Amino acid sequence: MSTNENKDQFRPDDHENDHFLLSTVVGSYAKPKWLNRAKELYQDPDHGFDEGDYQEAKDDAARLITNEHERAGLDVVVDGEMRRNEMVEFFAHRIEGYEFNGPVKVWGHNYFDKPSVVSEVKYDETWLVDEYEFTAEASDRPVKVPITGPYTLANWSFNEAYDDDDDLTLELADLVNEEIEKLVDAGARYIQIDEPALATTPDDHAIVGEALEHIVADIPEEVRIGLHVCYGDYSRIYPEILEFPVDEFDLELANGDYDQLDVFKDPEFTADLALGVTDVHVAEVESVEQIEENIKKGLEIVPPEQLVVSPDCGVKLLPREVAYGKMANMVEAARNVEAQLDAGEIDIERETPAPADD
Amino acid sequence: MTEYVSTTAGLFALPDWAKDDLSDLKGHQKHDLIGGDESEEITSVYESAREEVVDAQQDAGLDRIVEGQLRWDDMLAHPLAVHDAVETRGIVRYYDNNNFYREPVVSGELDFSGDIASELEATSELAPDADLQAVLPGPYSLAELATDEHYDDEADFLAAVADFLAGEVEAFPEVETLYLLEPSLVEDAPEDGLDERASEAIDTVAAATDADVVAHPYWGALEEKTYAHLLDADIDAVGFDFVSEQEDNLYNIQEYGATNEISLGLVDGQNTLVEDPEAVRDRTDWVFDQIPVTDFETVYLTTNTGTFHLPYNKHEAKLEILAEAADLAEVKAA
Repeated sequence: MSTNENKDQFRPDDHENDHFLLSTVVGSYAKPKWLNRAKELYQDPDHGFDEGDYQEAKDDAARLITNEHERAGLDVVVDGEMRRNEMVEFFAHRIEGYEFNGPVKVWGHNYFDKPSVVSEVKYDETWLVDEYEFTAEASDRPVKVPITGPYTLANWSFNEAYDDDDDLTLELADLVNEEIEKLVDAGARYIQIDEPALATTPDDHAIVGEALEHIVADIPEEVRIGLHVCYGDYSRIYPEILEFPVDEFDLELANGDYDQLDVFKDPEFTADLALGVTDVHVAEVESVEQIEENIKKGLEIVPPEQLVVSPDCGVKLLPREVAYGKMANMVEAARNVEAQLDAGEIDIERETPAPADD
Repeated sequence: MTEYVSTTAGLFALPDWAKDDLSDLKGHQKHDLIGGDESEEITSVYESAREEVVDAQQDAGLDRIVEGQLRWDDMLAHPLAVHDAVETRGIVRYYDNNNFYREPVVSGELDFSGDIASELEATSELAPDADLQAVLPGPYSLAELATDEHYDDEADFLAAVADFLAGEVEAFPEVETLYLLEPSLVEDAPEDGLDERASEAIDTVAAATDADVVAHPYWGALEEKTYAHLLDADIDAVGFDFVSEQEDNLYNIQEYGATNEISLGLVDGQNTLVEDPEAVRDRTDWVFDQIPVTDFETVYLTTNTGTFHLPYNKHEAKLEILAEAADLAEVKAA
């Protein structure tokens, strides 16, 4: 059995099987109702619930969800993004050069405070170091840090200040790089760049790749960098994404019942694959057996050493007990598949296509 | 002398208070979206919001007043989404945007609805002396946004959508101008044969009114053949999105000429950067410097797209810019 040093650094000391299918999540999790209530109280000028109280509530929620991830048995945990309101807003509030003008429609009566870049973007205070340090303290498992990628930060903002969006994307990439350096100094070893906007504009994969070069500049080799892309036509970005300087691609495939699986078979998938093995748009917990079958789909693309299992996407729209059930079953399924691999009971033929650069 | 008319492509942002009130009254899920049979309470929020956006347009000094299409939860797919013979299914992406709408599936005869006529009646009561502008999806875009499970083929369906829109237009109160928004002519350009039918479909709708009809594509320029066919339609103006594409739009006008009137999308409906009115006027001049025809009867100055992409304060700011830019252009022309 070959090894994968970058992935194996997250292998628990007491891991029960020879094979190791790293189990993790994409990031977001439903906020407990009391956290939303705490936020309302904090925003109510007539109420004495102050910033310190709200901070304590967020700390409690982060600890609670981190522990929930541990209880589910995940090898790498996150805090469920309890401190973040929305994936672009949260960062825009922390980057100099952004301004907010009010809510903008996404669909129906779902809105988000789409920010405007009105001047040169600059790094100010750290974005996530406190969040990381708190979560790392709250857990004895490795912690992953999801960061919204510069392409999405640029694309889902109004650009008033830069001649074109690519310039803005690259400037933001440098800021993301600065933040990752600080996270690495704080001890982080697993970073996930979220680029959902790439799915809406797949022809832009070149600029996303260029941004990633900026992001990983001078980041030590052992730091694991993942890229999460979801809900798009992957054939329009594969195999080009294999050129990206990342260790892992985190992809949503369960939602489409693996109808896009073949896309990744030719040319050979050379990176690690974090495969979506439970559907976050179905509020029913898939059975362990079903998830085992889904995990085996991943083995049609990569050998076990390169496989990571994860839900399709963030689970924040699912009821908490459903999200928990999906994670717990996912971990159980991963351990079962590892045991079957150890016993030599799984015989999946991977096609051996030409390498991408041939 | 050329008349400069300031207007918009409709599909406005809702005032923030209406976003809040309607979120509370309607909810956030797919089945909470508008069905054409909304309660009195919801109707009254829309009435107040409509009054606000009509007043805002008049205060800004726009030459054409639109209803704002505030009820159009499904954007350009709205006229079908509320139709009795249409079932709405999953949430699907709205062109290449971070916006979504319910997929309308046509499962029966597209007969008269009257939904949009009643919006315009209400607008006309709010602004009895104003020049009203109706806004509709063009037949090709509306057909492209929908799924057909009733008509025989693509051509029949497009013709049926055009007949349906024509029936709606016939029920309109008096309007000065009708904008037919046709982004699909750019985004999903019709193939050979269908391009001619797309133009005929616009003809069908245009023939249903005495108002000036503007076919306004956006998110780029039309392919040459599509543009050439569109010029054959009996319309008063073709629109050009000069925000997203300049060279190809100019090329079309240079090579194929233009209608007697023209609609220039010069103000960005998707960016919060508020243009300078003089710069908009200068861009108008710049367009006319590049093309052989300049003796247009009417030049509509508009946003390239609807403004629901913007926060409400920026939407309002854009209305003022358009009105000022048209005044500046008028002064210069005289």
